[in-house]
Amino acid sequence: MRRGLLAGGVAGLVAGALLTAWTAPQWLVFLATLALAKGVVVLGLLLLMRTGLVSFGQGLYFGLGAYAAALLGHWGGLEDAALMLLAGTAAAGATAALLGLLLARYRDIFFAMLSLAFSMILYGLLVKSSALGSTDGFNLHAKTFAGVALAAGAERRVALAAGAVAVLSAALLLHRLLASHWGRMSAAVRDNELRVDYLGASVTQVVYVNYVIAGALAGLGGALAALAVGHVDPDTTYWTTSGEFVFIAVLGGTGSVVAPFLSAGVFEALRTLASQYAPNVWQMSLGLAMLAIIMFLPTGLWSLGQWRRSAP
Amino acid sequence: MTSLLPVLFDGVVYASWLFLMASGLTLIYGVMRILNIAHGSLYALGAYAAASLAGAWLAGGYAPVGSYAMLFLAALLVGAVMGPLLERGLLKWMYGRDEVVLLLVTYAAFLILEDVIKLIWGVDSLTLSDPYALPGNFDLGGLPYPYYNLLLIAVAVVTGLALTWSLHRTRQGKLLLAVIHDREISAAMGIDVARVYLVTFTIGAMLAALGGALTAPTIAVSPGIGVEVIVLSFAVVVIGGLGSLGGAALGALLVGIVRSATVWYWPEAELFTIYGVMALVLIVRPKGLFAAPEARKI
Repeated sequence: MRRGLLAGGVAGLVAGALLTAWTAPQWLVFLATLALAKGVVVLGLLLLMRTGLVSFGQGLYFGLGAYAAALLGHWGGLEDAALMLLAGTAAAGATAALLGLLLARYRDIFFAMLSLAFSMILYGLLVKSSALGSTDGFNLHAKTFAGVALAAGAERRVALAAGAVAVLSAALLLHRLLASHWGRMSAAVRDNELRVDYLGASVTQVVYVNYVIAGALAGLGGALAALAVGHVDPDTTYWTTSGEFVFIAVLGGTGSVVAPFLSAGVFEALRTLASQYAPNVWQMSLGLAMLAIIMFLPTGLWSLGQWRRSAP
Repeated sequence: MTSLLPVLFDGVVYASWLFLMASGLTLIYGVMRILNIAHGSLYALGAYAAASLAGAWLAGGYAPVGSYAMLFLAALLVGAVMGPLLERGLLKWMYGRDEVVLLLVTYAAFLILEDVIKLIWGVDSLTLSDPYALPGNFDLGGLPYPYYNLLLIAVAVVTGLALTWSLHRTRQGKLLLAVIHDREISAAMGIDVARVYLVTFTIGAMLAALGGALTAPTIAVSPGIGVEVIVLSFAVVVIGGLGSLGGAALGALLVGIVRSATVWYWPEAELFTIYGVMALVLIVRPKGLFAAPEARKI
């Protein structure tokens, strides 16, 4: 029953994204792609949170993914959307595989702070590198998708469709992972890692692998966001971007792999509305919403659905 | 190396400012186990309040010397209002939750305060240069330096000494140390932990506001000044070891001198080296330079 429900949910999301990709106006396509991109970053955070870790530096991988995708066209002359998505994921995954060796030893606030430090190092580098446009960043433009030339105006629609398929298959895979032995091990690490240690399992290995997966997912999100916006700048790696991801994660809760996408959608819609009608109190409404959720819905928006289902 | 003296001096000035921010942050963390992101907003509030108060003082035609008193008054006011407001009104309801949840609560408070500041003072920047320019300059290694920098160093040193003295030599300070050491036992021994929390948070808020108030004359006070300050003071506190006052002083000096050295010799790498130092220290000493060892709990 639950499995059918989830498959239905994901299929519905894919269908909705494809429908949006072909028929919706450009602004909605843009919004949906951005929500999808942020959703997949938060999906990685969800895996980390299930392991008991909160990263305040996912902006590092988000920015890496975005810059890797953009540089592929800028320096490599390869302006292919599919390659860009792959490059973003690979660059972020490889960096996470390297930094993870170190970060897997840290927990709690130290994990959060060290990941923050690394994202700020990248920010510092990007801001000062004039070859990459310093604080202004630079533009990117995908002309083909997997070798097929794209008509003008269709790039964003194709990016959304491809992104939706890539991101949501990642979500399904992650769901399988969470339901497996590995997922239970992650939860055990969160609950009490010393006991996991005594049982003979490697805590560091669990944390490391989950960290690399989260990094790669954030890279995919960064590349997708770069394709949607058509521009990259160092703000993608600033700590406020990372904070935004944590916010979306808390908003959605860690109950299901669908939750990050719903909450990213809600977040982007709210942001668009607020910047239209109440630009001066936008951050304040975010903060108040966050406090309300922490106080009254400690397991996120997702728990609303759960609660109704468990009621008689 | 004729410019070594100015490099060191710049570093110490920057470190003084960092220490004012970091000492409040580390004190709050030591007692309450909260890494307070809203510290950056308190800094910004202090800067705005100082610019308004001292600006009004000068516009009123009173003696310019009084504007320095206004800076301190602004910091005290902001701390005395915002400290209890945040602690009693918000954080009190969250104690006992995870450290990361508390981090998010203060992040929410930070977001709210950012807009509150914009609503009160608008988005135009305020300038208050008189207290900075008034005392004139002195010469160091052939370069003119404002005397105001010496004031900043003096305030940081006095603050550090006063905090150390009151922590180790007064009754209240010893109660506070007891709470840092073990909150539950302290409560069981009859220490009013809720009051200690309130006092600590208020003092921390005053220190943040003081950092902002003393910076106000040197910069254009504009929205968003708190954003960068937060991560910088985090870096300092984490380098020194969370909850350690001596660590905060050493971390501030380290970051201050490294920063001024890079600004002088390799300006492109400014931000990079600050966080590079933080990452390096954490790699070698995972809990910072002065962190107390912790027992593993099963």
